[in-house]
Amino acid sequence: MTVDASGLSYCDGSGLGLLLEIRRRQEARGAAFELRGLAEQFRALLDLFGPAGVGAMPGPRRRGGLVEGAGRAAAGLLADVREMVGFVGTLTFELCRLALRPMSLRWKDAFWAAERAGVNALPIVALIGFLIGLIMAFQAAMPMRKFGAEIYAADLVAISTLRELGPLMTAIVLAGRSGSAFAAEIGTMKVNEEVNALTTMGLSPFRFLVLPRVVATVAMTPLLTVFTNLCGLIGGAVVLVIMGFPLVTYANQVSGAVGMADLLGGLAKAVVFGVLVAGAGCLKGLQTKTGASAVGESTTRAVVAGIVLILVSDGVFSVVYYALGI
Amino acid sequence: MDSGPVIRVEGLKAAYEGKVVFQGVSFEVRRGEVFVVLGGSGCGKSTLLKHLIGLYAPAAGRIQIEGEDLVAAEGEGRRRILRRLGVMYQSGALFGSLDLLENVMLPMEECTDLPREARLLIARMKLKLVGLEGFERYRPSEISGGMQKRAAIARAMALDPGLLFLDEPSAGLDPVTSAELDQLILRLARSLGITFVLVTHELASIFAIASRSIMLDREAMGVVAEGTPAELRDRSSDPRVRRFFRREANIA
Ligand SMILES: Nc1ncnc2c1ncn2[C@@H]1O[C@H](COP(=O)(O)OP(=O)(O)OP(=O)(O)O)[C@@H](O)[C@H]1O
Ligand SMILES: [Mg+2]
Repeated sequence: MTVDASGLSYCDGSGLGLLLEIRRRQEARGAAFELRGLAEQFRALLDLFGPAGVGAMPGPRRRGGLVEGAGRAAAGLLADVREMVGFVGTLTFELCRLALRPMSLRWKDAFWAAERAGVNALPIVALIGFLIGLIMAFQAAMPMRKFGAEIYAADLVAISTLRELGPLMTAIVLAGRSGSAFAAEIGTMKVNEEVNALTTMGLSPFRFLVLPRVVATVAMTPLLTVFTNLCGLIGGAVVLVIMGFPLVTYANQVSGAVGMADLLGGLAKAVVFGVLVAGAGCLKGLQTKTGASAVGESTTRAVVAGIVLILVSDGVFSVVYYALGI
Repeated sequence: MDSGPVIRVEGLKAAYEGKVVFQGVSFEVRRGEVFVVLGGSGCGKSTLLKHLIGLYAPAAGRIQIEGEDLVAAEGEGRRRILRRLGVMYQSGALFGSLDLLENVMLPMEECTDLPREARLLIARMKLKLVGLEGFERYRPSEISGGMQKRAAIARAMALDPGLLFLDEPSAGLDPVTSAELDQLILRLARSLGITFVLVTHELASIFAIASRSIMLDREAMGVVAEGTPAELRDRSSDPRVRRFFRREANIA
């Protein structure tokens, strides 16, 4: 085949592609291909790809088979667990050290984190608490009414909010709001090499980025939980007052149902949840690989890990409290 | 110790997840010199720098900073070595949540017990030195790329380190600012005896400031030439070195 290109005054990428493809097909069939009269500037572009055509492209990154994938996933999981154990160790050590020398914390950062994790979360936490109290009281009071026992809905709301749902809901909101934010902030700093910059200044990213956030979250979770509890009780009160009980009856019923032990037991849980949520967020942030998509991935992981850890530890708490008779 | 080399690298090998970037790299950097790392894009210059500042552990080889082994150092000993060096990253790596003044003050806050007034003064001085007077209260995202580079240099100099690593300081700067930066580097090297290790592509600034240089190559996966820039330009018979200095394209 002979192509006469002497009349060609302009040739863009797709034109070159056409010529290359014709040549490749001809050569593949063992046929001749001649290109005549192609202007010099286009010839130079064509020659970039040599007589053998564009050549073999490096294949897409090898993905490996099922077995290799499973092996890699297992190894990754193991490495993840190892990192997590290391992180918990460092965190414990640093928190102990902080307790000895409280002034070594960057309090300004801690207050800033506390404001965003705590104060700014107040409306959503209050709303969720209120609605949960309201719904629980309503759903319980309806069937109980058949037995004339609707006032016991107050007991139900009080016990389940203070002991279980208050801390749990607060922690889950915190995982969604602050755990993700911590992971994104630290992850972005990692991607921008800011974490590296800290390290090479001889400063510990742990002390700088992780500790203020953990301390702030641990301080804020119990406080937020108190608000959730309060709003839950208010939600219950609204239902029962509408049903015709005086407020004082509700209050008496509640104070008879729960005591200080229930409140403090719930708050102790909240403290632990706070550590878990903040720790998971910071750890996932520090584990961020390179690229913008890595930050999104870390954020998702932080929320998932946070919620899983909350639920698991809540289970442990239930068993322990039961055994202790609290 | 004072007369020995500031940095001694022996048989350094760097790899990312098993993929070797370079190996068998050895060189010495002497006190007060401006040591330039040359090489085409992607040959591992930034990687070399990151090994020298201890961010990555080498796959093989030794790195000594002022006679102390960086690879083996841990904890406080490692931090003590790190505090003697300043780093400017290719990407700037300024702290996005702090303004420029706070960025420069941060290392001083953490590593010295200077009073706040003194830190403020020093930080403003450093910013003025790189021509950023008046931008003290700007966030890194609010200034241009070239200004970010200069701010990053100011931060790297905050603790008056004896050893400064700069990754492409003049990339993205206009010729005038770039020349001013060269002058600044020379002045610091001569008057304060600061040792510089820097990566740059600017031929003009290489000849203006470099006391010695090495050239890395991606295909060779290592050092292909070492010497003063003039030696490399005039005497080297290596085609890769000649091409670099004559700015020839690699299309034969
Ligand atoms: N984080 C990383 N993970 C995997 N490979 C990397 C990573 N960083 C760099 N590389 C690889 O290492 C090689 C050297 O990269 P490096 O950034 O050191 O190049 P460079 O010489 O600084 O280039 P430039 O002049 O463009 O900045 C490249 O081929 C790159 O693909
Ligand atoms: Mg680079």
